[in-house]
Amino acid sequence: MNNLLVADSVSKNFGNFKALNEVSIAVPKGSIFGLLGPNGAGKTTLIRIINQITMPDSGTVNLDGQILKPEHVKDIGYLPEERGLYKSMKVGEQALYLAQLKGMSKSEAKKRLKYWFDKLEIGDWWNKKIQELSKGQAQKIQFVVTVLHRPKLLIFDEPFSGFDPINANLIKDEILQLRDEGATVIFSTHRMESVEELCDHIALIHKSNKILDGKLNDIKRQYKTNTFEVGLQSNNSDMVVNQIKERFKVLPATFRNLNDDIKLNVKIDENTSSNDLLTFLASKAEVHHFVEVIPTANDIFIQTVKNN
Amino acid sequence: MNHLPLIIKREYLTKVKNKSFIIMTFLSPLIMIALIAVVAYLSQLNNDKLRTISILDETGFLDGVFKNTDNTTYSDLSNMGLNLKDAITLVKKKEDYGLLHIAKVNELEAVSKNIKFYSEDSPSLTIISSLERKIEKRLREMKLQNDGVTLEQIEASKTYVNIAQESFEGEKTSKIDNVIKLAFGGIAGYLLFMFIIIYGNMIMRSVIEEKTSRIIEVIISSVKPVQLMLGKIVGTSLAGVTQFAIWVILGGVLMVVVSAIFGIDLSQASTPQQELMNQAMQAEGAQAMVENVITAIGNLPMLNLVFAFIFFFIGGYLLYSSLYAAIGAAVDNETDTQQFMLPILMPLILAVYVGVFTVIEDPHGTVSTVFSFIPFTSPVVMLMRIPFGVPLWQQGISLLLLIGTFLFAVWFAAKIYRVGILMYGKKPTYKEIFKWLKY
Repeated sequence: MNNLLVADSVSKNFGNFKALNEVSIAVPKGSIFGLLGPNGAGKTTLIRIINQITMPDSGTVNLDGQILKPEHVKDIGYLPEERGLYKSMKVGEQALYLAQLKGMSKSEAKKRLKYWFDKLEIGDWWNKKIQELSKGQAQKIQFVVTVLHRPKLLIFDEPFSGFDPINANLIKDEILQLRDEGATVIFSTHRMESVEELCDHIALIHKSNKILDGKLNDIKRQYKTNTFEVGLQSNNSDMVVNQIKERFKVLPATFRNLNDDIKLNVKIDENTSSNDLLTFLASKAEVHHFVEVIPTANDIFIQTVKNN
Repeated sequence: MNHLPLIIKREYLTKVKNKSFIIMTFLSPLIMIALIAVVAYLSQLNNDKLRTISILDETGFLDGVFKNTDNTTYSDLSNMGLNLKDAITLVKKKEDYGLLHIAKVNELEAVSKNIKFYSEDSPSLTIISSLERKIEKRLREMKLQNDGVTLEQIEASKTYVNIAQESFEGEKTSKIDNVIKLAFGGIAGYLLFMFIIIYGNMIMRSVIEEKTSRIIEVIISSVKPVQLMLGKIVGTSLAGVTQFAIWVILGGVLMVVVSAIFGIDLSQASTPQQELMNQAMQAEGAQAMVENVITAIGNLPMLNLVFAFIFFFIGGYLLYSSLYAAIGAAVDNETDTQQFMLPILMPLILAVYVGVFTVIEDPHGTVSTVFSFIPFTSPVVMLMRIPFGVPLWQQGISLLLLIGTFLFAVWFAAKIYRVGILMYGKKPTYKEIFKWLKY
């Protein structure tokens, strides 16, 4: 059993609106799984089903080989996108309350809280009320509360919103560390650069259907277009460009480069290797820049959503 | 996992530790007592004012009728040989309260039609009626004496009747009994009504707070919405009971302290109406009155009353508060609650009206009986009826209906709650809420 969470053809209707249509995902143990999709695609509904907030109309969800049941609440830590804390409650009291709701004993929760508060250097907030904290500070508390009970499965919905770059980085490192310690993470976001940075696997949901999933690298391989970014320097630029255009398909390029050279995106066909292209280019001009264009998560997202 | 105790504890502590809750708890009885004390003090001031009423009796029939009391002095101008005009001038100059003029007539019969009261301002109702009663008594006696009846005979003929009532089963009641029963039933019903409105609203606000602070999704990823809702209702109710208890105790203590310090007898914060009633009671015999009240209270089905109060109070309160919780879940902010409040308040207000107007008239009539079975009105109406003696089987059926409806209401509220707490943004319509039931 290598998957921690398996959702099998999960469907959910709200009245006449189909929020999820036979969606299946498998989240491997110890991975960071990106759950992507445009607004209103059904991500939140799926996450709520995993959290047993909403019940699916059909389909099953398994956690660690068992059908999801109420006791699993303590195995899951959920940071929803719509999140907040009781404004007039003190930080410590509130964290203890939420931890106890997750099934921790009071003393255990206290110990763990102390560890986390020390780690994030927020120990002196214990007796402050949430309304006295800034939004970013409250988010930190919220993060601690989510991970405090050491859940097997962590679900983060837009975890970095509201954080400045420094704190976002801090939280990112914490997430990676939790993963290294054995936790499995489902990560939902619209910020593709963090998907790029963190995710091993992704699934893309669009209009209630899953339209793409797999290892991020596999998907990238699938989506690559055999295009190379090329930066050349030559005294006779026009001639060189024309010569290249005769043999290859050339597109305008927009990458950043220090010199004021010829910038091109060159697409090769399946029978040509990258070495062939490089040799050809080297014979015509001086090559300053030669990189294969790897589709970004952003490109894949936009392309897949548009095609569906 | 059962988190109910934990949730109840949090809800209770948050409510009780809340600053405005604490302030309200301790300030309300102070304000109430201060208000009562001021009213009592003012009316006492009014009572203590000495009045002088001048009498110009040209007939001589009413000699000796008017005797000075603590705050009213009668000054008889009859023997000073003044005419009405001079008398009025004199009274004005003396700044007396007023002048009672009995015009000269020959026939005893005609006296009653020729009595007038002159005063600067319109005189108080109490004073006029007290004067009237004194004159009536004297004239009646004189008429009887003219017919040859002696004063002793008149005195001996005075009879007071108080019809003793007894049901076929041998249960004794009286007129005062009914008043006492009404008072008990009325207080119980009104208490429930107030409790529902005050603490139902509190529950609603606390649900809305969870929505606006966006904590709700975090919470319900750990606990079932029904648990959260029930925890909220119970926790808030306990806070309410605490507040009520403090109010009663503090109010009682303050009442004693204030009346001791200022020497104001708060229980006799008398209004003219009360005075009239007191006088009427005196006519009936104050002694008998007190005895009747005591027996009337003794006659009440106390055990039944206490248990019925507990069960109907809890049942009715929980029924309404689960609906309040559902409203809180359906909307985003308090201003949006208006359109949903009306359907809740209507039966509640109806219950109080039925209780006040119908139960008094006929506690076992069709209207009262029917409304004491309808679950939304039964807690208030039944509580008002019970002091008049309601068969246990009726109470039982009514209670069962109430519990059944309560369970249904919790199911209904939980459905709305479960969906509603995750809905943000727009105010839902009734149609949408109906759809939520099927989610």
